[in-house]
Amino acid sequence: MTFRSSFIEIRGARVHLRRGGSGAPLVFLHGASGAPVILPFLEKLAQRFEVLVPEHPGYGASEEPAWLDTIHDAAYAYLDFLEALQLREVVLVGNSLGGWIAMEIAVRDCSRLKSVVLVSPAGIAAPGVQPADIFLLSPEETVRRLFHDQKLAEARLAEPLSAEAIDVALKNRHTTARLAWEPRLHDPHLPKWLHRIRVPVKIIWGREDRILPVQYVEEYRRLLPGAAIHVMDGVGHLPHAERPDDFVDLVCR
Amino acid sequence: MQIVLFHLMPYAELDLEAGRANGTVWVHLPNRHFDPEIGHRLYNRYLDELEYGEALGFDAVSVNEHHQTAYGLMPSPIVTASMLARRTRRVKICILGSALPLRSHPLTVAEEHAMIDVISGGRLVSGFVRGIGAEYHTFGVNPTLSHERFHEAHDLIVHAWTRPGPFAFQGKHYNVQYVNLWPRPYQKPHPPIWIPSQGSKETIDWASHPERRYTYLQTFSPAKVVERYLKLYRDTCAGYGYAAEDRQLGWAVPVYVAASDEQARAEAKPHFEAFRNVFVKMPLEMLLPPGYTSRESLKNVMKAKAQMFGDVTIDQAIELGLFVCGSGETVRRAFERYWQDMRFGNLLVMCQFGTLPADLTRRNMEHFAREVMPHLKKLGAR
Repeated sequence: MTFRSSFIEIRGARVHLRRGGSGAPLVFLHGASGAPVILPFLEKLAQRFEVLVPEHPGYGASEEPAWLDTIHDAAYAYLDFLEALQLREVVLVGNSLGGWIAMEIAVRDCSRLKSVVLVSPAGIAAPGVQPADIFLLSPEETVRRLFHDQKLAEARLAEPLSAEAIDVALKNRHTTARLAWEPRLHDPHLPKWLHRIRVPVKIIWGREDRILPVQYVEEYRRLLPGAAIHVMDGVGHLPHAERPDDFVDLVCR
Repeated sequence: MQIVLFHLMPYAELDLEAGRANGTVWVHLPNRHFDPEIGHRLYNRYLDELEYGEALGFDAVSVNEHHQTAYGLMPSPIVTASMLARRTRRVKICILGSALPLRSHPLTVAEEHAMIDVISGGRLVSGFVRGIGAEYHTFGVNPTLSHERFHEAHDLIVHAWTRPGPFAFQGKHYNVQYVNLWPRPYQKPHPPIWIPSQGSKETIDWASHPERRYTYLQTFSPAKVVERYLKLYRDTCAGYGYAAEDRQLGWAVPVYVAASDEQARAEAKPHFEAFRNVFVKMPLEMLLPPGYTSRESLKNVMKAKAQMFGDVTIDQAIELGLFVCGSGETVRRAFERYWQDMRFGNLLVMCQFGTLPADLTRRNMEHFAREVMPHLKKLGAR
């Protein structure tokens, strides 16, 4: 499956978009470390959907717009994005920071959405649950914590880092800090409006998540009582990367 | 030259092994390592040392701000500067500086500095800083907003000091319907503003601007780096079309003076090395959170990581000019030589560092004040 790369302009900012496959539209919103490559799970999803993988404003090859101050700006930018591409009946999938953006989009306007899939999403606080301090972890410790299977972490760490990849990593980290430093990785006002998500919600979480602990699902049971919750055993913060087949089955189910 | 006695007020009786084992004494060294009874003794000792600075003939005494760390026990320099305002009569009192972006309301800085200026009869020097990277972790303030909060807070403070109130201030981060300072500062138009920095082109461009001409202080850097940035400041002023005065330049450096070079090195060694290799140390992610510096500067630091984050011995530090140490004669000659190259009009000497105890601190201050300071004060005298 080949994904085509292009740019779309959102409020004056060039946003990098990869598109592949055919069928109903599925938009994947990446997490804090970006989506520099098309991972196998996206290839698999592209056998069922037309998959759209944007890089958020401020990430990867997308521009860093001056208007991007908060997560709400990212959400409004994606509402513009859905309108500009005239997408309807979208399956909106977001991981981590991307899951947070997906919720912020959906509480504002669900009219172009068919369903929302939240994969270990950031976005809310839960009593007694402490996320990892992603801004104090060393790059190596971050990678180790992303995966439950340390062989995958080793493989990721063994990949040579080009100068370009370092630039992108610093850029992504900067934007993540801008959007999520304080309040840390959540919007205290978001829970008030989660009832406005009037399309089906599916939540997928790795039981061994060492970035956002699986205990968050208890808070989602309370806040989104209609959501279908799937906890995957033996998986860390990136279920889609760690177990792509099971993950795609859950999304399509 | 104007000589300032600078103090960090560290937790000098720190369990150094605990600090080393934790990797840093910043942010997350558990505060069970702080004993309030020891703290009581240290604060009073340090305040005595600063007051003694006046008796010894220093032109100014200086305090600063750090949060949640054994490196410096002054989360509020306002508290220490206020006490000094009443306990001294002649010296200038420098706050170097208040960390503007960490305050939720900059008007509190304008008010507190104005109070000290009025109480002391115009002896305040106001320093403005952004706070160091670690403090964005401890306070939760977003480091990517550090620069814009600093500039906006600065504008609000200077307007509050100089414009007739009441007036309204509208910014991105601070909005005040009635700015109307009581008290207004004693000095006209306002207390001198000094900008301490570890070296940044952006800071120099801003501080040296003809509308500001703020004194730029290079802090705790190798002499070559100090020279490079002070020269950059002068060149930037020239680019703006004016010649920098010496009073616009300053250098802050730890100093130790004893009867001989050998004695000075032997006495200072454990305390300086504790300062440099325990109190100062922190991981890169803590020192430079995203947005605190430009990404280009961050990459340069990543490249120089081994040098910057490794241990330094006292001999290496003296060689680098990171520390000035020796007999009165040696230290005087060293500063005269540095001054010939850099022409800084302000020298901030830190006579207590790391674990240096009270008796050695006092002896150091006395040696410096008697054998070095009189010579340095004459440099550049008009």
